[in-house]
Amino acid sequence: MILEVKNLTKVYGEFCDKCLESTGPEFESSVCPYCSSVVAVNNINIRVNKGEVVGIVGESGSGKSTLLQLIYQDQKADQGVVYIDGFKDDLGNYKNILEADPNELSYLRTKLMSMIYQNPRLGLNYQFSAGGNIAEKIIMSGIRNYAEIRKRVLYFLEKTEIPKERVDDYPDRFSGGQQQRIQISKALASNPKLLLLDEPTTGLDLSVQAKILDLIKKLQKEMGFAMIIVSHDLGVIKHLTNICIVMKNGQIVEKGLTDQILEDPQHPYTQLLVSSAL
Amino acid sequence: MVKIRIKNLSKEFTVYTRGGVKIQGYNNVDFEVKKGEFLSLYGHSGIGKSSLLKAIYRTYTTTSGDIIFTKEDGTTVNIAKCDEKDIIELRKTEIGYVSQFLKVLPRISALEIVAAPLIEKGESEKVAKIKAKELLDFFGIKEELFNVSPLTFSGGEQQRVNIAKELIAPKPFLLLDEPTASLDYANTMKVIKQLQKLKENNVTMIGIFHDQDDLKTISDKIYDFALKKYVEV
Repeated sequence: MILEVKNLTKVYGEFCDKCLESTGPEFESSVCPYCSSVVAVNNINIRVNKGEVVGIVGESGSGKSTLLQLIYQDQKADQGVVYIDGFKDDLGNYKNILEADPNELSYLRTKLMSMIYQNPRLGLNYQFSAGGNIAEKIIMSGIRNYAEIRKRVLYFLEKTEIPKERVDDYPDRFSGGQQQRIQISKALASNPKLLLLDEPTTGLDLSVQAKILDLIKKLQKEMGFAMIIVSHDLGVIKHLTNICIVMKNGQIVEKGLTDQILEDPQHPYTQLLVSSAL
Repeated sequence: MVKIRIKNLSKEFTVYTRGGVKIQGYNNVDFEVKKGEFLSLYGHSGIGKSSLLKAIYRTYTTTSGDIIFTKEDGTTVNIAKCDEKDIIELRKTEIGYVSQFLKVLPRISALEIVAAPLIEKGESEKVAKIKAKELLDFFGIKEELFNVSPLTFSGGEQQRVNIAKELIAPKPFLLLDEPTASLDYANTMKVIKQLQKLKENNVTMIGIFHDQDDLKTISDKIYDFALKKYVEV
């Protein structure tokens, strides 16, 4: 097991005791009729095994990005438990990462998991050079020797096909696709066990999109990390993932092998989604 | 040893986008295949042969019944009901599937596609590519096409790449959905020859063939979908 999520919930608003039971796909709404809170993520359970690539699809507002942000703790969850391989107490029992202190959180977000955002501005520090951004992650992962850091930075730039001689350029001097590749370098530089990707290719032109997807797939095969990828592009899901989760109104409506979800969807919403694809 | 046992398997599709209409896929299918046997599925178009192969690969779900599969280590798993992670493992090491049409990522060359399963199995890239070249050459794919994406190939060439990528590192159990459908006589014979070689190596197979002669040449058993029983080869 790499990641286990149990009963994860996020509510924007008052969060009354009727919120969870009166929202969801059967109500076609994420808004609680009693207190008007928005239930973004409603009692989600997921398990990701070593090397697995899980895709999350669903309409805008279904809670898929929020779910990733709760795992990465860009946002605080209201309730739930998240276990990740490598985060245990002295007795060897899994610790809930949602209760991690700031020091532990920094460890979690470097050694154990990384996030790649749709907008590279969220993942990169524009005050640092491209190399500096990648080096930051490497230093945080415990390597302190300058020569070694530099070597690893150049290694990841080469892997993501950024010209080595541009290592000291600042991120805003790069094209959108290149910034995305620097973000990927940075995310992988600390060799995480779990990579979270939120619409990593949305907004890029098709040829760049293809290159980024090929790159992610290649690196995943080489490095063997598990991935959760949120995308509304079924093509991306089809090519990258082996398991697919379909979300609607904050809940999971269907989960299965990706080819099964795409070829023999069981839930009415999944059928609608798949039949709407070009 | 029984390699796979299909028990009372049925499939019904519910199409919610058409008001919840129900479509019968297949009904009460029941057969078994022993290790090293070749079973062909026989029946008219639309009777559910491909749907059944997809159910064994778990691309399709099933409505009722069981698919009891015996792994190489002798343990069994019910494909109709087991967890997705078990299926991912089975697909890596135990079950191969030659689909009716080639499905690959664009931008990747025929040579890379055919070599990939061998590399995944642990073979060096160099050796895998040599073997992939030999196999593509055997199936009559011209060398100038090796480094081109097969999505630009003709239907027959695509089908041969499709078969080559499954045969380069054959799994002990193979599902073949009309592997010879778009091939001429000479190439069909080449495929049959390769399949016979697999049989000699104790590979278990379930296949669908359009052509009656192909079916008779390779099959040990034929299961008639309409009669729901084995028929004479």
